[in-house]
Amino acid sequence: MASLEQFTVDRAVAPGDALDERAARRSLRAQVARLERELSHVVATGFPHVPASAARVADHGAGGPRLLGLAQLERERDALAGRLQDVRRLVHARVEHERRAHELLERMKLEPGRYRFVRLPVRDLGEGGCGVWEVRPRLGLIGMLAGWWQLTLSSGCPLPKGSR
Amino acid sequence: MSARAERPAPGWCAREVEEELPGLRLLCAEVTVNRRGSLAGASPPDVERRLKELSNRFRGATAVAVRREPVPSAYRVFYRHIGLDPEVVRTPLEAAVFARMMKGGFLSRGLLEDVLLVGLLDTGVPVWALDAASVQGPLGIRATEEGERLGRGAGGPSLPVGRLVVADSSAPLAVLFGELAREHAPRARSERLALFAVQVAGVPELFAEEALWTCRAALEAA
Repeated sequence: MASLEQFTVDRAVAPGDALDERAARRSLRAQVARLERELSHVVATGFPHVPASAARVADHGAGGPRLLGLAQLERERDALAGRLQDVRRLVHARVEHERRAHELLERMKLEPGRYRFVRLPVRDLGEGGCGVWEVRPRLGLIGMLAGWWQLTLSSGCPLPKGSR
Repeated sequence: MSARAERPAPGWCAREVEEELPGLRLLCAEVTVNRRGSLAGASPPDVERRLKELSNRFRGATAVAVRREPVPSAYRVFYRHIGLDPEVVRTPLEAAVFARMMKGGFLSRGLLEDVLLVGLLDTGVPVWALDAASVQGPLGIRATEEGERLGRGAGGPSLPVGRLVVADSSAPLAVLFGELAREHAPRARSERLALFAVQVAGVPELFAEEALWTCRAALEAA
């Protein structure tokens, strides 16, 4: 299929050494494009633990559409790079949090008696839902007194008719 | 000639805009509204049905995940290139998907708005409509000059120098990805509309054509 031709209208003549600056702006736009895609990828894969608003570049971007000059593109690039670093730190912190939660769960399984009444939401493990791992005594008060502890997983969701 | 056979016409682009933003294109189509009733009135069943189907396709998690898809991603990148933060001023598709998430569905807001929304959701390419009777000459994209206002009338909001706009031969009619000049927006009984779609780098031409065709077909259906 033949491509549609677009008409170009001359409205200004660029001075000669604006060519270098134009090349610089082109390069900056390519960098901005790459950073935006990376940022979107990190936010999308980290959601919901990384909020979508983490991609917002503060004090920026509501001024109306316009052609950006060299300095503006540099600021845009730098702000995006900074934001990407911040978001990666959030993701890293979340990964660390989940790793520690998994380790805690393993220890709770091995020695439930050392983690009496400790609760670990499944969300902390990176899983969906509202279940909670909890160490509880077997057979209620008897288990508590006898030192019989077990790891349980509750659904976390309230019963439709309220608690029994 | 059927609606499918008529290809959209390319708009013009000011040289400095084209040099700075390669891949930016305006595609235009003039449409005769054959649907009965007001453009602001209730949508016919086929349009409402389509909106319901699209409500099922775009669920909660897509609101964030959609940014990674090629066409929405291209618009996000373009927004950054023109000084807009897509987290502050959402791209048209993301704004629609977020609204769907908050309201539980794509709610009908009148025939014209629903048709434009369907075109957007089907392709990711935003389409706008102007009253064709108020448009003078072909549409194109340029930057504003000193003292320009939005619309041909004296009452339109003044525009800062350098604002990117969609303009006809005499005045800016719409801010790029922004508001339309009120006196050029379609009336409830407008018989002919000037549709335009903004295609950016990374968006296949086919998608932009399809968005316009979808809207045209829906409006020209009797």
